[in-house]
Amino acid sequence: MTRARPLPPAARAIVSGDRRALARVISQVENREPSAASVARALYPRTGKKPVIGVTGPLGVGKSSVINRLVARLRDLDRTVGVVAVDPSSPYSGGSVLGDRIRFERRVDDAGVFFRSMASRGEVGGIAAATREVTRLLDAAGFDVILVETVGSGQVDLAVRDVATTSVVVLVPHLGDEVQTLKAGLFEIADVFCVNKADLPGADVARRDLAELVGLGGARSGWRPRIVATSTTQPSGIEELWSAIEAHEEFLDRTGARRADERRRVSAEIVELVRERVGRELTRRLEREPELRRWVDRAVERTLDPHTVADRLARALGSR
Amino acid sequence: MARTTKPSPLRVLIAKPGLDGHDRGAKVVARALRDAGFEVIYAGLRQTPEEIVRAALEEDVDLIGLSILSGAHMALFPKVLALLKKERASSIPVFAGGIIPDEDARRLKKAGIRAIFGPGTSLEEIVTTAQRLARSAA
Repeated sequence: MTRARPLPPAARAIVSGDRRALARVISQVENREPSAASVARALYPRTGKKPVIGVTGPLGVGKSSVINRLVARLRDLDRTVGVVAVDPSSPYSGGSVLGDRIRFERRVDDAGVFFRSMASRGEVGGIAAATREVTRLLDAAGFDVILVETVGSGQVDLAVRDVATTSVVVLVPHLGDEVQTLKAGLFEIADVFCVNKADLPGADVARRDLAELVGLGGARSGWRPRIVATSTTQPSGIEELWSAIEAHEEFLDRTGARRADERRRVSAEIVELVRERVGRELTRRLEREPELRRWVDRAVERTLDPHTVADRLARALGSR
Repeated sequence: MARTTKPSPLRVLIAKPGLDGHDRGAKVVARALRDAGFEVIYAGLRQTPEEIVRAALEEDVDLIGLSILSGAHMALFPKVLALLKKERASSIPVFAGGIIPDEDARRLKKAGIRAIFGPGTSLEEIVTTAQRLARSAA
């Protein structure tokens, strides 16, 4: 078994608390370097026990500031924290400006916090392809709690639920009428709603609308999402926010939902990995093998249709 | 996992040490580097040398850019270089921009600041230099 094998040096360094090694391997994972895959594999058995808190919500609602305050709260509670904050990459240049650090304050000598900015690198859904792997590295590095800040999300940027054990959806007053809260998408993934900028007028209405939504009854697994009002300028509600998150984490343990959720996430990850691999192989063969090329040509000429070609290809690849 | 043939984006930390609040220049440079394909970690105003070095290490950057207009460069830049050395991270090149007199610039370059850009430098020159420095380190 993997656990019995000695760890590769970089993995050992990460486990022993070497932050430089952690930072370097994170880059290697982002860059899909082969060396990182072996480190990630070796560390995998040590991961999966820590709460991973996803913080998502539209642009400008204060996700970074909420995270900043949450980290301070967790440090007061003597819990160590690893943070990954994702910002978008430019579709034009591939570059990005990662600005989530600006909101981040902490004692510069505090080894109990690690903050990493990450570009989405072409991924949609609010996180980067490497985000999940990076949360595992932070887990293996021994941080008690892992926080993931998504890209400012739209209504269907829901990928955070593929990495987080608890999803916090941050909103602000006046985002829209109560019909917005009935819509599918973002509002469905929240385990905790955080109504931020609660010092602004309209916060009560936003809370009430959410309470009504939550009161309609949840589809999911017996957890009724908590609603917390916060302000980060004159901090308030942050303790309540953490309590609500913890309540959800306790619920996961009490009901066995943690294992069921993790099974769903791991299964989706495996499917995704296979999809990626098969897709790559298929693309390669479609370019190289004359017979397969001909099928595509015939679909272009309308003498075959794409579904029929797909059926044939699936058979050719040995699946059904 | 190896798949991309495209080179991975270079990462650069842009930070403002010192107490002045003039970050227009730093933001313009950050944006130009973004448009050149860099992943720019923008650390913002009033960063201490300790904060800058810690951010550079956590973010595993290939390059550090410092912007300063307060006049404290002779105190703060060498401090950043010294801290990098202490962390055995001197391989991360550091460039700087701002109001820096020629005599100071000469001394800072001798101390290890790899490039210094004064007012009026073209963005193209900054980007080209940043690419060269970052690639040399990456």
